[in-house]
Amino acid sequence: MAPVTLSTDKHKDYRSNSLWRLTLRRISRQSSARVGMVILGFLILVAVFANVIAPYDPEQVLIGLEDGVKKRSDPCIHLLGCPKDQAQHIMGIDGNVRDQFSRVVFGSRISLMIGFTTISFAIIIGTILGAISGYAGGAIDNIIMRILDVLMAFPSLLLAITIVSVLGPGLQNALLAIAIVTIPVYARVVRASVLSIKEMPYVAASRALGGSPLHILISRVLPNAIPPLIVTGTLGIGTAILDAAALSFLGLGAQPPMSEWGTMLGSERNQVFTAPHLVFFPGIAIMLTVLAFNLLGDGLRDAIDPRLGQAN
Amino acid sequence: MIQYTIRRLLMAIPVLLGILIVTFALARMIPGEPCKAMLGEKATVEVCERFNERYGFNKPITTQFFIYMSNILKGDFGNSIRFSRPVTIILIERLPMTIELGTIALFIAILIGIPAGVLSAVKRNSFIDVINMIGANIGVSMPVYWLGLMLAYIFALVLKDTPFWLPPTGRLTAGLVSIPFYEVWGWTIAKETIRYHLVEFFANIYIFNSLITGDWKILVDAIKHLILPSVALSTIPLAIIARMTRSSMLEVMKQDYIRTARAKGLRKNTVILKHAFRNALLPIITIIGLQVGTIFAGAVLTESIFGLAGVGRILFEAITARDYPIIQAFTVVIAMGYVFINLVVDLSYVFIDPRIRLE
Repeated sequence: MAPVTLSTDKHKDYRSNSLWRLTLRRISRQSSARVGMVILGFLILVAVFANVIAPYDPEQVLIGLEDGVKKRSDPCIHLLGCPKDQAQHIMGIDGNVRDQFSRVVFGSRISLMIGFTTISFAIIIGTILGAISGYAGGAIDNIIMRILDVLMAFPSLLLAITIVSVLGPGLQNALLAIAIVTIPVYARVVRASVLSIKEMPYVAASRALGGSPLHILISRVLPNAIPPLIVTGTLGIGTAILDAAALSFLGLGAQPPMSEWGTMLGSERNQVFTAPHLVFFPGIAIMLTVLAFNLLGDGLRDAIDPRLGQAN
Repeated sequence: MIQYTIRRLLMAIPVLLGILIVTFALARMIPGEPCKAMLGEKATVEVCERFNERYGFNKPITTQFFIYMSNILKGDFGNSIRFSRPVTIILIERLPMTIELGTIALFIAILIGIPAGVLSAVKRNSFIDVINMIGANIGVSMPVYWLGLMLAYIFALVLKDTPFWLPPTGRLTAGLVSIPFYEVWGWTIAKETIRYHLVEFFANIYIFNSLITGDWKILVDAIKHLILPSVALSTIPLAIIARMTRSSMLEVMKQDYIRTARAKGLRKNTVILKHAFRNALLPIITIIGLQVGTIFAGAVLTESIFGLAGVGRILFEAITARDYPIIQAFTVVIAMGYVFINLVVDLSYVFIDPRIRLE
């Protein structure tokens, strides 16, 4: 049956052309997404090549290693007229006599790691819960959704704070707390898509062909529920990084001497009047990272589903 | 309407119950015995036994939960470990500050966010729109505490000795005292009564207190102290409200009735405000309700930066001191406030959009 083979070939072509390529083309047309991708690309490069870019070990105390190095000294940039005989520290020295620039550079690794791990965890658990809830319906759906409703009744950062204060401070617990409070968001997104997708003719066809519920759910329903998940996830990474930094700032997340931006801000917060550069740069770094994910997420949303909103 | 309100309130009960279960469970998840967690590692067996007896920790977990719940319904959140005082009283003392700060922050967010969003939508893709949306994107990406610290640095240090100087900490300038309205009016109220705490609560909202007593000096001073923290606190809600207003307005302005309104010769401003904005209001109100949560969480960060003795600051201190009764009580109260405000938002839909029938 030659025509059938021909049509599957065409079908393949059509798919690859429409879903990913079309999306990519649409994304690259979004100026906000382009800016987001450029910033994110830059940050990933910085994170990957952190040990090449950073002139010092981020946790190394410079006392005794360098002459005239002073606690919380101002940035010294040779190009901007800092005396050549002084060692260059473009973001200054922190309260423990470490090179602030190296710490900010290495912080990118931690923040990106935080963003990706929390959101991956939240997406996996959220997808499982949402898929079960949406596909099973009835009492199971009701129970899962009511539990998630309760989690959503708390302001998310506040619930995360409470969870960490119970689990004990530390980066791992902070990540877990942030993941837990974001699970409901993903579960809802997945459930909503599953509810609409499961009524589609192709799902009915699969069922008529004798596909088991699990098979239908995994190979027919979930793949089509991915696009909104990607959008929510990208925007969620930004929020997760922001929340994790806030927890660290409060002393609940990453602990010193780890070069995490929130921790760096938290430990120098009282020095804002005497050494503002120690507060300024980590904050800018957080903002830039979160901004990148937000811009990319907005662009993705407009590219994947223009009906979801025109924030940009 | 009344029927709907009652039903909606009843529907909130399972959520409130869930909030209590979650906070109760979290408190029980604290590693180690509650006695040692609250009294310290050195607590002896006898002391612990007495403690367990007193707080019912030796009873089955379900009984414990009912004791906990009935205590909360009576308004009793137990005693703070650090202050050895009832948490409820501490809450009443600290809440006015946070309400004052949060309300002003929300007002700033609404009063700037909505016009900015409308303007952006009306002048889509113009220079103003681009600037607004860049601002909004940066606004949602900024750590609140960082902005707070930077504002404090700029306005308290860089702009020192200029008329733009603003105080970086505290509620009032040292030396100034806000005299409670009940004292000004010569009321005599017995201390430690419910009425006293209630009156004290309103007197502690300095702006309200100075407005009704006519103490303009305190009013100006209190507002000056609130500018920096409330601006810092308002950025994220402001950005989110502006973006939502813009997208909601754009959606509505595509509708046929807007074209009809323009075609029949109505002025552009009339169409924008009366036809478009009113119809775009629903998602905007919804998002404003959700921002209350952001503001409460942000207050934890902002208050500790600006040295304001509100709920957020004491929560932060309680976290460091592991004062669980406070953490627990404040989480419950804030979550309940959040649920309540979103309930009010739900109910307000009827007034905003008469097409919605509450049935």
